[in-house]
Amino acid sequence: MLINVPETVVADGLRGMAAAHPELTVDVENRVVVRRDAPVAGKVALVSGGGSGHEPLHAGFVGPGMLSAACPGEVFTSPVPDQMVRAAAAVDSGAGVLFVVKNYTGDVLNFEMAAELADEEGVQVAQVLVNDDVAVTDSLFTAGRRGTGATLFVEKIAGAAAEEGAPLDRVAALARQVNEASRSFGVALTSVTTPAKGSPTFDLPPGELELGVGIHGEPGRERRPMMTSREIADFAVDAVLEDLRPRGPVIALVNGMGATPLLELYGFNAEVQRVLSERGVVVARTLVGNYVTSLDMAGCSVTLCQVDEELVRLWDAPVQTPALRWGR
Amino acid sequence: MLDARFFHRWMSTTAASVDREAARLTELDSAIGDADHGSNLQRGFTAVSAALDKEPPQTPGAVLVLAGRQLISTVGGASGPLYGTLLRRTGKALGDAPAVTAGELARALGEGVAAVAQLGGAQAGDKTMLDALLPAVEALATSFEAGADAARAGALATVPLQARKGRASYLGERSIGHQDPGATSAALLIAALAETAAAAGGDA
Repeated sequence: MLINVPETVVADGLRGMAAAHPELTVDVENRVVVRRDAPVAGKVALVSGGGSGHEPLHAGFVGPGMLSAACPGEVFTSPVPDQMVRAAAAVDSGAGVLFVVKNYTGDVLNFEMAAELADEEGVQVAQVLVNDDVAVTDSLFTAGRRGTGATLFVEKIAGAAAEEGAPLDRVAALARQVNEASRSFGVALTSVTTPAKGSPTFDLPPGELELGVGIHGEPGRERRPMMTSREIADFAVDAVLEDLRPRGPVIALVNGMGATPLLELYGFNAEVQRVLSERGVVVARTLVGNYVTSLDMAGCSVTLCQVDEELVRLWDAPVQTPALRWGR
Repeated sequence: MLDARFFHRWMSTTAASVDREAARLTELDSAIGDADHGSNLQRGFTAVSAALDKEPPQTPGAVLVLAGRQLISTVGGASGPLYGTLLRRTGKALGDAPAVTAGELARALGEGVAAVAQLGGAQAGDKTMLDALLPAVEALATSFEAGADAARAGALATVPLQARKGRASYLGERSIGHQDPGATSAALLIAALAETAAAAGGDA
């Protein structure tokens, strides 16, 4: 691992991020990353956060057209309420703040506490819960579906609406619409090693893969002998489509888990597009790359979001962040 | 009677115990979670000890409220809010009495545990920290030692259970056969209470 000591991994990363991105205000001590021009007068602010180890999520998405602030927690551990309260105070222009929360018990509890505290400080807060991972059975007997790739769609599209001056209830409604229109499925070719543990967090023998893996190495639906890119695309896309059943075009995110080369991801995207075409699904836009990662895990995920013209327009709107920038 | 110093020692003893057992908690967590329970609690209780040593609160309730606030501010994950709420609500239930009886502590802890159940939406048998805390609260009415034994037994009894809350729930049936890390750390907290009482000479 390219680290000094496990205890300073998050802080070290933030110091490096500050050095690379003068357009962001990085509070290393309190672990809050804020766009430098915040608060933007009259604009609804978006604050997200979650455990570190999924970079560029979330701090890499801070900037005009997307997040106002991000709160990175310890590796694979949700941030603490103090961070979100501090972030909300830094970015609120008076127009309110939307918390984008991935559905994990820790994130939900900490953001809930933060929302109460921010509310007490006079900040109007709305929350959207992202839960797009179809690998998990959404039942009373689990913590519910996990939030993964759809987080990027929610942050981009709701962020664009906020940048255009939409009010908090509209931004929150759009964020929920995007989440409900999105589904994901992930596959691990290797396990993942956290700095604190120093060895793989789950046991995945070479020559096998985990279908339906979570972005913290949580297990999925089943384990199988290694499959080809073509076979994985068939399995992953069908798992998503079985649940989403889109009646219109989609935006596709073909996402790397961290250790899979871009060459392989593009090859995988070719297979994803093939399956979608075979299933009669029209792809309006495609994004390929490492966006919602799991440290050093090899593997990929597919996220589809059913869109209408308005969502495509907001997707195409200018964005200026470390990890996503286009337009303008 | 149990005074603020007793509660301070309970927290310090817990911190030492979490330090000692951190690797084991993380190991248990790597089987059915994400391999960070030990390091997260270690960071939290180190902060608790530092805050209590810096400005020792004057009442039992204030000790626990401060400890809970520190955990919420430093642990993150689900453990931060859950353990933080446990201590804060227990502390609030103790009010501002300068000293409390063992019975009052057991009742207050019962309120803290109920708050944890409400926050996390879990109940007995879901393979969570409640599986150690609920029997402990009941047994604490008898003695600290009985409470610690019940918590330990409760943690062990999570092995055959299927997780229904938290990250381990994603495993479904594959969570069976592993001891719950949260129940294990909860048992450490109650064991530290018994240890503190024993060191105080059993006159608590």
